[in-house]
Amino acid sequence: MGEVIVITSGKGGVGKTTTTANLGVGLALAEKKVVLIDADIGLRNLDVVMGLENRIVYDLVDVVEGRCRTKQALIRDKRYHNLFLLPAAQTRDKNAVSPEQMKKLCQELKEEYDFILVDCPAGIEQGFRNAIAGADQALIVTTPEVSAVRDADRIIGLVEAGEIKMSRLIINRLRPDMVKRGDMLDIDDILEILAIELIGVVPDDEKIIISTNRGEPVAALNDGSPSGKAYRNIVRRLLGETVPFLDFYKNQSFLSRLKRIIGLS
Amino acid sequence: MNLRALLNALTGRKSSKDVAKERLRLVLVHDRASVSPEFLEKIKEEIIRVISKYMEIDESNTVVNMHRSDDSAILEANLAIKAIRRNIH
Repeated sequence: MGEVIVITSGKGGVGKTTTTANLGVGLALAEKKVVLIDADIGLRNLDVVMGLENRIVYDLVDVVEGRCRTKQALIRDKRYHNLFLLPAAQTRDKNAVSPEQMKKLCQELKEEYDFILVDCPAGIEQGFRNAIAGADQALIVTTPEVSAVRDADRIIGLVEAGEIKMSRLIINRLRPDMVKRGDMLDIDDILEILAIELIGVVPDDEKIIISTNRGEPVAALNDGSPSGKAYRNIVRRLLGETVPFLDFYKNQSFLSRLKRIIGLS
Repeated sequence: MNLRALLNALTGRKSSKDVAKERLRLVLVHDRASVSPEFLEKIKEEIIRVISKYMEIDESNTVVNMHRSDDSAILEANLAIKAIRRNIH
């Protein structure tokens, strides 16, 4: 029996879709059978982040309305043979799907796949309720900014009020240099405020933008990029391993340390 | 601590991170305190149940409310006592 995990945040633009894509690739590389569901109906994006936008035939709404079988709508990612995408409909709105239909779909997919990752739309309306309906656990994505942390707090409350048994936090786009000079909320600050278990911290990394340009999630790149490493660590924690958190404050060059001491960076 | 953080500490100026944290704390007190009438009704029923062990409460004359000010939230319960039960010590 598989596990359904919803990736959610409340606020838009904090990296839900990128997170979903990277964790999906990471889980597939760990030999798990994975389906990614884009639940952002009307504003689909997971397809372009995955680089699968040219292969869409059927979508989520076609499946729940019975116009095709679930299998027909799943796009197999040729690069990672265990990874499938169920794209969102682009021409419909979020009311085209109900929480009951999502629950049924998740139940069906759980029979055959190990992980079903649901990319949740921003906001707390119908689209959010659909996305969390069939989920066993939630990953809440936030960035170290007051607006994103505030929205995460609200989402945690809503998720905990539902049937989801576990929710954990991903802090995205951390900038260690800014944290050091006291201009960014640190991991401890955010955890103290939100009182939730941490599953990973992803540093701000321009490689994410480059890889999204190419439609190639970073977790696939074993080039030592800090964000790719952070995503792979989250994958290992999802699989039950205990992995120490990356230390972003070590291994700095003499020059950057000097700059920091005199307050230039 | 770098030079800028040290300067901030010496001059009593807060880092932008500390300002962010403080603002977040306050805004969350407000967010979390905006509770629904059903929730307040539930709290009221439970308060009455507990207090009733010791005193006779006039339920129709009982009000439970949440107030918010700049830096805190207050739960206020006004219970009208009809009588105090004997032998409660």
